Amino acid sequence: MSNRSLAKEQPASFAFNAEYLARAKVVIAKYPPGRQASAVIPLLDFAQRQEGWVTRPAIEEIGKMLDMATMRVLEVATFYTMFNLEPVGKTHVQVCTSLPCWLRGSNEVVKACKEKLSLGMGERSADGAFSLGELECSGACVNAPVIQIGDDYYEDVDYASTGKLLDAFKRGETPAHGSAIGRMGSAPAGDQITLTENPTPPPKQDFAAAKAAFEKAKAEAAAKAAAPKA
Amino acid sequence: MLSDKDRIFTNLYGKHDWRLAGARARGDWDGTKEILDMGSDWIIDEMKRSGLRGRGGAGFPTGLKWSFMPKTESDRPHYLVVNADEGEPGTCKDRDMLRYDPHKLIEGCLIASFAMRAHACYIYIRGEFYNEASNLQVAIDEAYAAGLVGDNACGSGWKFDIYLHRGAGAYICGEETALIESLEGKKGQPRLKPPFPAGVGLYGCPTTVNNVESIAVAPTILRRGASWFAGFGRPNNTGTKVFCISGNVNKPCNVEEAMSIPLKELIEKHCGGVRGGWDNLLGIIPGGASVPVLPKAICDTVLMDFDALRDVKSGLGTAAVMVMDKTTDIVAAIARLSAFYKHESCGQCTPCREGTGWLARVMKRMVKGEATLAEIDTLEQVTYQIEGHTICALGDAAAWPVQGLIRHFRPELERRIRDYRDAKVRDKAA
Amino acid sequence: MPKLTIDGIAVEVPPNTTILQAAESVGVEIPRFCYHDRLSIAGNCRMCLVDVEKSPKPVASCAMPVGEGMVVHTKSDRANKARGGVMEFLLINHPLDCPICDQGGECDLQDQAMAYGFDRGRFHENKRAVKDKYMGPVIETVMTRCIHCTRCVRFATEVAGVPQLGATGRGEDMEITTYLEGALASEMSGNVVDLCPVGALTSKPYAFNARPWELRKTESVDVMDAVGTNIRVDARGRTVLRVLPRVNEDVNEEWLADKSRHACDGLRYQRLDQPYVRVNGKLKAASWDETFAVIVGKLSGINGSKVAAIAGDTVDAESMLALKDLLTALGSPNLDCRQDGAALDPTVRASYLFNSTIAGIEQADALVIIGSNPRKEAPVLNARIRKRYLKGNFQVTVVGDAVDLTYKHKHLGNDLAAFFQSPEAPAGAKNPMIIVGMGALSRPDGAAILAAARAYAEAIGAVKDGWNGFNVLHTAAARVGGLDLGFVPGQGGKDTRGILDAAGKGEIEVVYLLGADEIDTAKLGNAFVIYQGHHGDRGAHRADVVLPGAAYTEKDGTYVNTEGRVQRGLRAVFPPGDAREDWTIIRALSEKLGKTLPYDNMAQVRARLNFVNPLFGTVDKVQPAEWKAFGAAGQISSGSASSPITNYYMTDPISRASRTMAQCTEEFVMGSKQKTGTHG
Repeated sequence: MSNRSLAKEQPASFAFNAEYLARAKVVIAKYPPGRQASAVIPLLDFAQRQEGWVTRPAIEEIGKMLDMATMRVLEVATFYTMFNLEPVGKTHVQVCTSLPCWLRGSNEVVKACKEKLSLGMGERSADGAFSLGELECSGACVNAPVIQIGDDYYEDVDYASTGKLLDAFKRGETPAHGSAIGRMGSAPAGDQITLTENPTPPPKQDFAAAKAAFEKAKAEAAAKAAAPKA
Repeated sequence: MLSDKDRIFTNLYGKHDWRLAGARARGDWDGTKEILDMGSDWIIDEMKRSGLRGRGGAGFPTGLKWSFMPKTESDRPHYLVVNADEGEPGTCKDRDMLRYDPHKLIEGCLIASFAMRAHACYIYIRGEFYNEASNLQVAIDEAYAAGLVGDNACGSGWKFDIYLHRGAGAYICGEETALIESLEGKKGQPRLKPPFPAGVGLYGCPTTVNNVESIAVAPTILRRGASWFAGFGRPNNTGTKVFCISGNVNKPCNVEEAMSIPLKELIEKHCGGVRGGWDNLLGIIPGGASVPVLPKAICDTVLMDFDALRDVKSGLGTAAVMVMDKTTDIVAAIARLSAFYKHESCGQCTPCREGTGWLARVMKRMVKGEATLAEIDTLEQVTYQIEGHTICALGDAAAWPVQGLIRHFRPELERRIRDYRDAKVRDKAA
Repeated sequence: MPKLTIDGIAVEVPPNTTILQAAESVGVEIPRFCYHDRLSIAGNCRMCLVDVEKSPKPVASCAMPVGEGMVVHTKSDRANKARGGVMEFLLINHPLDCPICDQGGECDLQDQAMAYGFDRGRFHENKRAVKDKYMGPVIETVMTRCIHCTRCVRFATEVAGVPQLGATGRGEDMEITTYLEGALASEMSGNVVDLCPVGALTSKPYAFNARPWELRKTESVDVMDAVGTNIRVDARGRTVLRVLPRVNEDVNEEWLADKSRHACDGLRYQRLDQPYVRVNGKLKAASWDETFAVIVGKLSGINGSKVAAIAGDTVDAESMLALKDLLTALGSPNLDCRQDGAALDPTVRASYLFNSTIAGIEQADALVIIGSNPRKEAPVLNARIRKRYLKGNFQVTVVGDAVDLTYKHKHLGNDLAAFFQSPEAPAGAKNPMIIVGMGALSRPDGAAILAAARAYAEAIGAVKDGWNGFNVLHTAAARVGGLDLGFVPGQGGKDTRGILDAAGKGEIEVVYLLGADEIDTAKLGNAFVIYQGHHGDRGAHRADVVLPGAAYTEKDGTYVNTEGRVQRGLRAVFPPGDAREDWTIIRALSEKLGKTLPYDNMAQVRARLNFVNPLFGTVDKVQPAEWKAFGAAGQISSGSASSPITNYYMTDPISRASRTMAQCTEEFVMGSKQKTGTHG
């Protein structure tokens, strides 16, 4: 498990910028009055998006905003692994190494990342441009192996395509995410044998008849229940 | 093979427009008000008759679950919570529904909420699904704008609000009470049961937590009729189901098929077969990381449904089929799963917190054979010491893969231990 | 009521009882670590798994409500196996360092490992090591020993109301810590040590001092505040090594405040262990006879009206009685037990009691606090208020300092005149209660405030049949006892303010301070001061003769708490050196003065006490006090009603001498608390 304690070096303060403050208000309004603590994960996420990682002042500020004890916010920040408790690279590369990805060569993908970025797992480049991490099941298993960069999944990658992908990022590009071999979503590669027709609305049952049958059955059940037991 | 006209998820691959116009063209939101007008009792009854069993892994009958909610509203509002915290290794079906068929889910949320007298629904989506969440939020906004949800959902007079909530990286939040805790802004640590969520759930109110697929199939079931859905699969294992086939097959994919399809047929027909041919098959984990692995001999004939897989001491789980061919280091594969469970244990209760770490460490040694033969028994006993003794099912999920390994691949474990020992002896002699 | 069978014993219990509670009710003990009957149910240790017929899995008995017809086996193979498994899991990462662990000998894990543990380990991996955490001056941590039961977290969050403790990370990396390792800023923090079932949290001041089986355990009563917390004093030889709480549901449940627990090292420092006489401006050691001779010399020929006595805050009733009897014999009406000059009316008992009783707080539905900070003045009582608050439907209003009381309240400012001009009544309350503190009553206009508070209590319906919601919260353990036995000015006598005034003017020539250290000794003028007490504190510094007495752990004594509950403490150790139990000193002096008091042993003193006020005979009980008019009409001036306690950790000679309390003062009062940035 990655480091789950706060970084030693911390900025002096934190404040949401106008955009995230506005978004925070929208999020808080999703929950019933008095249940604003529900917004703690989204707010930590906003803080991370703004600062690149979750800082101690951010934890304290969010505690104040949501009327939560700071300890409770810290618990949440350290429990959920998407929160980076120390700075990560501008391009944060995470390789899924869970079983389905591993079965399809995630070891090679990890190798490509390490070589290309000259980084070990959990490391960040000196210039802060890249960091490399491991991801537990990313939930895109039929498109394994998967690399997550920022918010995007790069799927069906291998050693060679990973290299190309990272080269593109190094050049400052953001390649289109999705399948590296041109698959459509989770469809099998090559020609499809299902969902080949243009979909049309399915037929509907006769609701009136269904309702009548339901009422009849209900009445019968009631009559049976009311009848004296033989 | 299931015909396209009987498939519920007609945009599973994202071939078509996922937004409201496209969804309507595929029949979503068609006569939703008619369904609501049939009333709560009818909806729940119809769901029961469809035989739908929860698609999140445990297979609890969905209609029955809905019927557990209080019959009348009190001062405590009712909630529907949709579990979109998909993260069981091998499972990636909800992702497609969220990004390509979001309106099916939203329509399902309305109908299910109406049936359970809930005016609000939260969809808890795993944080990593950022793009999927974006699509879903767009779809929710569309539904509000079109009056399909909101103060007078579909013109039914039912006030219905639907909210998206993103998680932040914790597999355990797929457990329904951990999900509720997380949604309340806490660590995702499962609650003790009883009380069950239908009595005391989100914010202490009656709550039902359902998997994305369970909810997304509901509108189609109700529209086409319970008997249509119940016509697929075997009794007690009815309907269609989205299978995720990953690993060593020629064409890994998601596919919606009829329940009870033979495993071999599923792989041969939809995935271009096992890499190197069926005879190159070593074993299959048929239902996501938590269910025990099956050796080829069982895979030859087993059907893909709840009861058939239970009978061979495995499970349908989320119907995530992970195929391993003979090049696979089966011990390393299971060790990888043990590492996953160690990583994802919430740490709350003793057997899981301590046991998952123990299993993962011993499994790591087992990969190299760095163990004694007696330790295989110890390992197995440890799994039974975890299983059934924890607050939630994560402990069981951590135990079962190791049990499956020992059950079907014990000779492989023993061989490695002997080889390692022999190599040590040779090294010393040299 | 559900009927069930536990280990073959039929039992009928109220619904919602847990299996564990039901088992306890028939004497079947189920092992547990995380379960604690005063904390919320966590169900995380899994040690209490039992076998319930028809249940596919063993059931956590601490959390499972009983059901009709349940058949429970707590000792079946399945139950024992489940527990054995849990025990093994708990031990694999436990350091097993019992020989160097302070918990050894009183460790739940150790005890239960004897019952359920294996005789050898099967875990061949490296054990987990966890960094120790700083939690403040009184809590020692060895976090590798932690079994993650979360009792401490639940205590801090629920009972203490300071949500600074938590568990960070997850899985096997989960660690209990305070926020950024700040000190646990609660006056109740020491209780986590009692709650910790293993040696992860132990007492820092007591570290490596003793093994439990070496200690002599004496049941007593705490005197650090007016709650009368029931304690157990653990001593070895002549040294008190630690103080622990005893269970008393009516008073302290099972909690103990930090000062009461940890000031005991102060019993070892700055002790008066022999008599002293001031010679040429300097206190010089003297024998008892020499000292008594000086006093006799001074008192002979002086008119009783020129003699006065003030009793301190931690004095036992017996010695106050003896001193009162002596002064009466000397013809002096000048005596007072109210060092702070609080305007308490000794003639109406209901005017100076916490009439609702502490347990009665749980029956109230609204609380108005006037001039008190119960968190600092009586932390254990404050915990009871918080307990009531957590049950909901309990509005709290405060007039006084704006402080964090650990529960939400409406603050109405700190001006009593303004408050009483237009007093606000708690809306819709059936059983309202008010707490009047010394911050209000010790003001010069205290009598008027007392009258106004009475009128207010009556006006809001706080006093009626079956409910008396008028409460005075004392800060001194000796106060109610002193009032009950009449250690107050007699006919024409002077009270504390009067005594100090008269001494300053030379009208009073001899002042006898019985453990009275909280008065302004500079005001005593040229009076001859006899100080009797146990510590070289303010009183002794001013004294002309010093009579070394006994601290509360060194004598049998009767104390009456703020509720009016008469309780008795027992002697745990002997006083040091030549020091003596206090009533015997006064008895000996009376003989020298030719006014021999009519009692020679404790039984006779107590008989006299019962004669003076029969209430002293009803030990451990609270007698409801009759409601009558009290207080005096008068102008209430504008001004604050701040609590007299500015530093909770140092309020009496013992705590002022305590090094642990000095550390707590530094940590929590001198402002290093701010460094941690703790919020909550």
